[in-house]
Amino acid sequence: MSRLLILIPAYNEQGAIGGVVNDVQAVMPGTPVLVVDDCSVDETVPTARAAGARVLPLPHHLGLGGAVQAGYKLAYELGFDYVIRVDGDGQHDPRDIPKILEALESEGCEMVIGSRFVGGSGEHTGMLRAIGIVFFRAVLRPILGRPVRDPTSGFVGVNRRALSVFSASFPLEYPEIEALVVLQRKRFRFVEVPCRMRPRRTGRTTITPLKSIYYMVHVILGVFVNVLKFEGRRK
Amino acid sequence: MDRLLNVMTGFSVLLIGLVLVSVRRAHIRVEYSVSWLAVGLALLVLSRWRSLLDRIGGMMGLDGAPVALLVVTGALFLLVLYRLSMMISSLKDSNIALAQRLAILEFRLESNEETKTQRS
Repeated sequence: MSRLLILIPAYNEQGAIGGVVNDVQAVMPGTPVLVVDDCSVDETVPTARAAGARVLPLPHHLGLGGAVQAGYKLAYELGFDYVIRVDGDGQHDPRDIPKILEALESEGCEMVIGSRFVGGSGEHTGMLRAIGIVFFRAVLRPILGRPVRDPTSGFVGVNRRALSVFSASFPLEYPEIEALVVLQRKRFRFVEVPCRMRPRRTGRTTITPLKSIYYMVHVILGVFVNVLKFEGRRK
Repeated sequence: MDRLLNVMTGFSVLLIGLVLVSVRRAHIRVEYSVSWLAVGLALLVLSRWRSLLDRIGGMMGLDGAPVALLVVTGALFLLVLYRLSMMISSLKDSNIALAQRLAILEFRLESNEETKTQRS
């Protein structure tokens, strides 16, 4: 039987993390849940532990990509076959996890993206994010050689081959889009499955117009750097 | 013109002195001081060697030694900054890898201790 790990990167998510862990455990009883805490200054770690998750606390703040990669590295070392990443703010519906796992097992692809636009309208998507998604769809189409409907989705499952690659090289700040390019360079495949998105449980989005512009410039640069990257640089 | 060259000479000496003092006090590691010392020495030589500066200006099609000196100074500082960016990037990569490794080792250590406790 294949081994699955649920990976939840979290940064100051004390209000939501307990509920997310409980929801995941209700849908996937017996499946280990790992919360990677990116050096939160609130009660995220004890809350996650109290809810029954194992916690990987990082010694200092690495950003989303660094936190996710730490989880991927640990999962790879512990021999997990599949890892499904769920965001710690409660926007991803854990009831879709079995769908992602089934696609990973049956499709033989390296990555499965939970997409709010496949068979759905993309509800709970802010205007700035929606504009970014349309923009990145157009940018990624010629690079990937196929369309991707929801390139910014963090609801992602990967198999062991992808874990091996991401353990060695993973984008640090805004990983979702660049990770697709990393996979494409390895000639790996991905599929998208329809998933529901929910409003975040607590807090507010940190996306502002200025941050959106920075995000787009950063990601575009990251995408093209990954396209042109010299493979021998990072180990 | 001469005043600008004299100012640049003073600046070069100040830069070299500052870097040497910083190295001595271990505020800058020796390997990171080399590029600053090289820039300081280059500027010192150029500011005192007028004919060389004129020749460099002529090769670059610049009108006069002061402009040539400023262009060369800017280029040298850009090179040093570029080298520093490369070093910072490399250090950041190492730092992230170390932080991840530390977290993973702590996690595995705690897991082993929990397993031992459960057995005993």
